[in-house]
Amino acid sequence: MALILIHATEQGLLYGIAALGVFITYRILNFPDLTVDGSFVTGAAIASSLLVTYGFDPFLVLLIAFAAGALAGVVTGLLNTRLGITDLLAGVLSMIMLYSINLRIMGRPNISLLRTDTVIRIVKRGFQPLGNVSVLVFVAIVTLAVMLILVLFFKTEVGLVLRATGDNERMVIAQGVNTKRMKVAGLALSNGLVALSGALVAQYSGFADVGMGVGTIVTGLAAVIIGGSLVHSREVVWMATSILIGSLLYRTAVMFALRYGYVIGFQASDLKLVTSLIVIIALFIPAFRERMAKRVKTC
Amino acid sequence: MLKLEHIRKAFRSGRDIVLALAGIDLALDRGDFITVIGSNGAGKTTLLNIIAGTVLPTVGRVIVKDRDVTTLPAYRRAQWIGRITQDPLAGTAPMMTIAENLALASKRAHRSLRLAITRRTRREMVEQMLSLGMDLEHRLDDPVSLLSGGERQALTVTMATLARPEIMLLDEHTAALDPANATKVSLLTQEFVERMGVTTIMVTHNMEHALALGNRLLMMNKGEVVYDFSEEEKKSLRVIDLVDLFSKQHIVDDELLLETS
Ligand SMILES: Nc1ncnc2c1ncn2[C@@H]1O[C@H](COP(=O)(O)OP(=O)(O)OP(=O)(O)O)[C@@H](O)[C@H]1O
Ligand SMILES: [Mg+2]
Repeated sequence: MALILIHATEQGLLYGIAALGVFITYRILNFPDLTVDGSFVTGAAIASSLLVTYGFDPFLVLLIAFAAGALAGVVTGLLNTRLGITDLLAGVLSMIMLYSINLRIMGRPNISLLRTDTVIRIVKRGFQPLGNVSVLVFVAIVTLAVMLILVLFFKTEVGLVLRATGDNERMVIAQGVNTKRMKVAGLALSNGLVALSGALVAQYSGFADVGMGVGTIVTGLAAVIIGGSLVHSREVVWMATSILIGSLLYRTAVMFALRYGYVIGFQASDLKLVTSLIVIIALFIPAFRERMAKRVKTC
Repeated sequence: MLKLEHIRKAFRSGRDIVLALAGIDLALDRGDFITVIGSNGAGKTTLLNIIAGTVLPTVGRVIVKDRDVTTLPAYRRAQWIGRITQDPLAGTAPMMTIAENLALASKRAHRSLRLAITRRTRREMVEQMLSLGMDLEHRLDDPVSLLSGGERQALTVTMATLARPEIMLLDEHTAALDPANATKVSLLTQEFVERMGVTTIMVTHNMEHALALGNRLLMMNKGEVVYDFSEEEKKSLRVIDLVDLFSKQHIVDDELLLETS
């Protein structure tokens, strides 16, 4: 039981980085970006093929994965801002292109990392006395560091402009900012984080699979929405914290569903359906509340 | 300072073509303050859009400080041009706080990875909000979406002053406010453009304002400047004269309509 919770927490934190990426596009930039389903795999693919085929340093591949994801975000951004393709379609196009590219990077549909060194193994070796908790501590430090950097970034001059771009683009243009460039930068940051998350998850779970990114946008949204329903704040620190909490809760629920769900006939393959339903309901609630409020008023 | 040469702008609406501006020539010197009046659809907003760069002219050139900026994107013109519109929602970022909005406006060139708000800039912000006299100094960390239209528009004016534009475009920027707030915001704007000697174009439907403010008055109709009064001519004008001129325009229009139908 305790072990399940530890694993759920570890996964919640690692996937939480991807959720922070989704948060940047969906909440801050107001740009529903589907690239993430591809860039998550890109991170995992680059990390594992560099580790297995070229024997790269496990920490270095995390940075390379971030850069690769950022590049994918740039492509989506340029499709949208330079070619005028709508946000959703630009994301879908990138996602589909990435499917082929990811297969190219990996050379086969999946790569096992069981026989290579990973950040997780290094940590386990380095902090043996900590035993089971060493991985949890490491994962927590990495995720909180990413969150902290992100929160600080959104308090800088550039970060402020990025937030305002999603809030009132016309006003930001009037402040002398090239908002097209800001959008591209925001998408790069977002997909960089998603790919970093993918690279970490691959090293954590010991494999990369070309299909592992399906639904990244939905699980990311689930974390954003669950977190948002618990913490009502417009402060970036609290929003970011709430997303990590949302991600933790989501992963815990998933773990228990997989473990005990068979009682009600739940299968692992039902997971994406159930997650999507949760997101649909969560997205519907505000609209529903508004409708009820209106009905009350007109009575 | 600002020059418009033979500006024409045609919009396609369905199968028709609307000529929003039918040949405008205009030159403003540094420190000029022009008021613009004209009926709905005369092309006033389109004119300001073309100067700001959010709309490109079909024909003609826009020249700012002896530089042809006709095709320069709006965000690059923002280094000289500030703008306040009628819509209180347009000039601020609603989800962000008052302090964050002020920080956005006080920095125009070369935004960096420095913290946007420091203890020192916060003190300045308190001063700025105190001078508004709207009790906003205690609300620096409130999101702007919680402010009333008048408070927002006052904030927008403050933000415009922080950016120190050389040209200011005001498009009925007090129209959506109640009389008290409208007076406050318009005094605020006036004080700022006079103190800084900003070259200003102000569109208004308020004839008294149009006469009282500025050193030149334009009346527009159907995409053209139909009257252009200098400072001296303006002094001898009264509101009733302007109303007369207005109705004359409409009679002409109605006659035209009769002829064509
Ligand atoms: N984007 C557009 N597409 C089509 N027609 C437009 C567009 N913008 C303006 N027009 C038309 O151009 C003409 C001038 O519009 P404009 O907004 O400049 O008038 P205005 O003088 O500002 O009027 P108001 O006093 O009502 O604000 C109008 O007939 C309007 O319908
Ligand atoms: Mg107008």
